[in-house]
Amino acid sequence: MPEGDLVVYEEDYEKVNAILNQLLNESQSNFVLLVDRSGQLISIQGETKSMDSIAFASLSAGNYAATSELAKIIGEREFSVLFHQGDRESIHISMVAERVILVVVFDDKTTLGLVRLRVNKACEELASVFTAIFDKVSAEERRADVVLDSSFQGGAEEEIDKLFRE
Amino acid sequence: MALINYSSREINCKIVYYGCGLCGKTTNLLYIHEKIPDNIKGEMVSLATETDRTLFFDFLPLELGAVRGFKTRFHLYTVPGQVHYDASRKLILKGVDGIVFVVDSQRERLEDNIESFENLKINLNKQGYSLEDIPYIIQYNKLDLPNVMTYEQMERHINPDGVPAFESIAISGVGVFDSLKAISKLVIAKLSRR
Repeated sequence: MPEGDLVVYEEDYEKVNAILNQLLNESQSNFVLLVDRSGQLISIQGETKSMDSIAFASLSAGNYAATSELAKIIGEREFSVLFHQGDRESIHISMVAERVILVVVFDDKTTLGLVRLRVNKACEELASVFTAIFDKVSAEERRADVVLDSSFQGGAEEEIDKLFRE
Repeated sequence: MALINYSSREINCKIVYYGCGLCGKTTNLLYIHEKIPDNIKGEMVSLATETDRTLFFDFLPLELGAVRGFKTRFHLYTVPGQVHYDASRKLILKGVDGIVFVVDSQRERLEDNIESFENLKINLNKQGYSLEDIPYIIQYNKLDLPNVMTYEQMERHINPDGVPAFESIAISGVGVFDSLKAISKLVIAKLSRR
């Protein structure tokens, strides 16, 4: 089935960020982010300095997608966890509710074991929030219409004409 | 598909430049990146081989000003055009909101263009989408080269659905922004119609 738009309302976003912040603190990581499988950044929490989080999100999704295909080629359904080890910082990537990617970046202040433990708990909590978000989207065909009407379209078209030019 | 966040008041859409190898997908993004002001673009990311052929994808984020309080972003992607990168190409279509199909207008590339268009349909189907459901436009590129087909010939072969089509010379920017504007507006129109 194709995936529809992902619509996140205020109340759900607060829940998501609370879980991410708890994970950040309990795992003593540097920063954590949630990315849609299509590469869109949903949320980022923690100290990212001047890192390009939009590009980071896009590459994380590309990385996960490529690795999932590798899994299929060798007959696995998916690699549910990816881990990239660096000299100073490392990256732990896992899938939530089959659609959202949780990325944790940490250094030697903590350990892979602790990160894994805390990620498992956060994944369970996030899965229940996102399952509710997906159900909501399909059930009520979203409140988005309140914003995304013809006046939004007109405003966006003006911006496109104004900005997308040489 | 689009990500709409009511809390951070953001709308993110994904536009993919698709087409056969060396048709000018990356050139489109490079031109946009070069010409568009810094305050509305992010860093361009290119996953390419040593000879600058796209290996996985190019990525360029663009951001409109706030529209009705919502910051609207377009994330532009290219796919690797070479036939043997099909597994990677399919992945980039995940969550696509709009497509620019770039055509190499040289007569000798006609079959490659048609094959790539068929490949687009197949890969969309593999992701659970269909071309009928996704806004797309066609860009006839490389019109500065000799031995290109006429607009009418290309329309007949490549654009049976009669979607908007643009003539371009991406390397010097001709038609690049016209194509970007057209696909962006189609994506917004689809979002607004939901």
